[in-house]
Amino acid sequence: MSIHNKKLFLLCLATLAGLFVLQFLLSDYLVLAFTRILILAVFAMGYNVLMGYTGLVSLGHAMFFGAGVYGAGLSSYYLGVSLPVAFLAGILAAIALSFLIGLLALRTQTVSFMIVTLMFSQAAFLLILYFSEFTGGDQGLTLPTSARSFSLFGLEVDMTSDVARYNLALTVFGVVLLGLFAFTQGPVGRLLVAVRENEDRTRMLGFDTYAIKLLAFTVSGGISGVAGALYGLMFGYIGSAFAEFKISIEALLFTLVGGPGTLLGPLVGTGLMTLLIDRLSGVTTAYLIVIGALLIVVTLWFPTGILGTLRDRWLPWLK
Amino acid sequence: MAEVVLLKTKGLTRHFGGLKAVENVDFQIKEGEIRAIIGPNGAGKSTFVNLLSGRIKSTSGSVEFAGEDISRMPAHKRVRKGIAYTFQITNIYGSMSVLENICVAVHNRLRPSLLSRNHVSEDDIEAEAAEAAKTVGLGDRLEEVAGTLAYGHQRLLEVAMGLALQPKLLILDEPTQGLSDSEIANFKEVVREVNKTTTVLLIEHNMDVVMTLAEQITVMERGTVLAEGTPDAIMNNAAVQAAYLGASA
Repeated sequence: MSIHNKKLFLLCLATLAGLFVLQFLLSDYLVLAFTRILILAVFAMGYNVLMGYTGLVSLGHAMFFGAGVYGAGLSSYYLGVSLPVAFLAGILAAIALSFLIGLLALRTQTVSFMIVTLMFSQAAFLLILYFSEFTGGDQGLTLPTSARSFSLFGLEVDMTSDVARYNLALTVFGVVLLGLFAFTQGPVGRLLVAVRENEDRTRMLGFDTYAIKLLAFTVSGGISGVAGALYGLMFGYIGSAFAEFKISIEALLFTLVGGPGTLLGPLVGTGLMTLLIDRLSGVTTAYLIVIGALLIVVTLWFPTGILGTLRDRWLPWLK
Repeated sequence: MAEVVLLKTKGLTRHFGGLKAVENVDFQIKEGEIRAIIGPNGAGKSTFVNLLSGRIKSTSGSVEFAGEDISRMPAHKRVRKGIAYTFQITNIYGSMSVLENICVAVHNRLRPSLLSRNHVSEDDIEAEAAEAAKTVGLGDRLEEVAGTLAYGHQRLLEVAMGLALQPKLLILDEPTQGLSDSEIANFKEVVREVNKTTTVLLIEHNMDVVMTLAEQITVMERGTVLAEGTPDAIMNNAAVQAAYLGASA
């Protein structure tokens, strides 16, 4: 199979190499920050499959991130399964949930779609609080010490080590990035864009656009779950804050800033915004005002985000 | 060519509330034909072909295609059966290149299942798409962004996407609207070329195009078929003249 868009492929490899080297250059604090950025970037990349490539704006992706967090966290906490198994459980939970929600939500479009995904997500959030005896509610649950390390294929990984966490996050990020390269830059990716650009046309070229959208929705939710499961297990804590509305907005914000419908946009957006929020919250508690203002600026003047603008002006292969 | 009926409707009806957009239409088209549907604005021509393509659901009546009842089949499946529809208002993927636009159509034909294994390579798809572009005269514009093409070229791209499906029946909804005279002349050539392999159903206002291309003409008025016949017969049909000119017959 020949690789289409070789330039983008090389850029992805270079990015991964750069991220690997980064851990030797940065302070411990920043390594930790970048660990979080990588995981959240996976979340945003999942969101981008639906919002950027397929053109469907969901306001409920916190529920899929949350499904990953809880699917992984609860099976580790209550069933005591090993971390890799718990990780898989989280991903499966997110895939199952997103398939089901997709079946229903994709019957609506545009604004109704946003509202329906938001409602489902809020319902999921409230369920977590309602069953707080089991889920830990807003207090959350801290995973036991036994769940802070695992061995896979003879490799011992200690989840309290910064180096281990960074490289684990980078590995997952790399797998998702290359997987999404194959998914979005091939024929299926072209169909997603076709639905975004003109759904009616795509239907009249003989495609079941509902099936295409459901595929995008499930892949998108599943990847969000990958991020959630990794986040919960890596930091040993699960709580309802992971399924809050704010989480959905973050995915939207990161994707918008970086460039919807560009493969690396979510990484750029997540990196920039996370570091910015980090700095701002040191200066003022009202940092959300700045975020809001920035969102308006991006929407008004750079609707295609940073990488999207680069793509439109100079680098057409950046998609 | 044997006289095989490709598409047949019986009592096809579509009401929008109290409006009878299409009322009890019996229609058939033979394989290999170029058929034009004409009629005043609001006669129900577009609604009728939309009922054929499945974009609009019928209120009652049936549609039979190649001997199969497709009345309840969703639009995308009808396309796979061989009914291609090109839009009245040019409806392409503006941000994609010409080649990519056509690739979407070829993709459907060569690899119908969404998650099937990779039997057909991307190169094969592109080669066929380039071929379809050449047929309509867009062969040297493959990499241009579709949205930046001149209007006439966008219309040709629209046709190329229909062609790339290799349909049995190609429905063209007002294809020459907004084209210049020279573009229309070229377009007529394209339709003749296409007709060698495909049955063509054409909604058209330009009488010159209709008279030179169509073998049979169906005239619609107020949702029903007013007359049907050869171009000459239609020209001299009193009822048709009345409908168009408002003169008493």
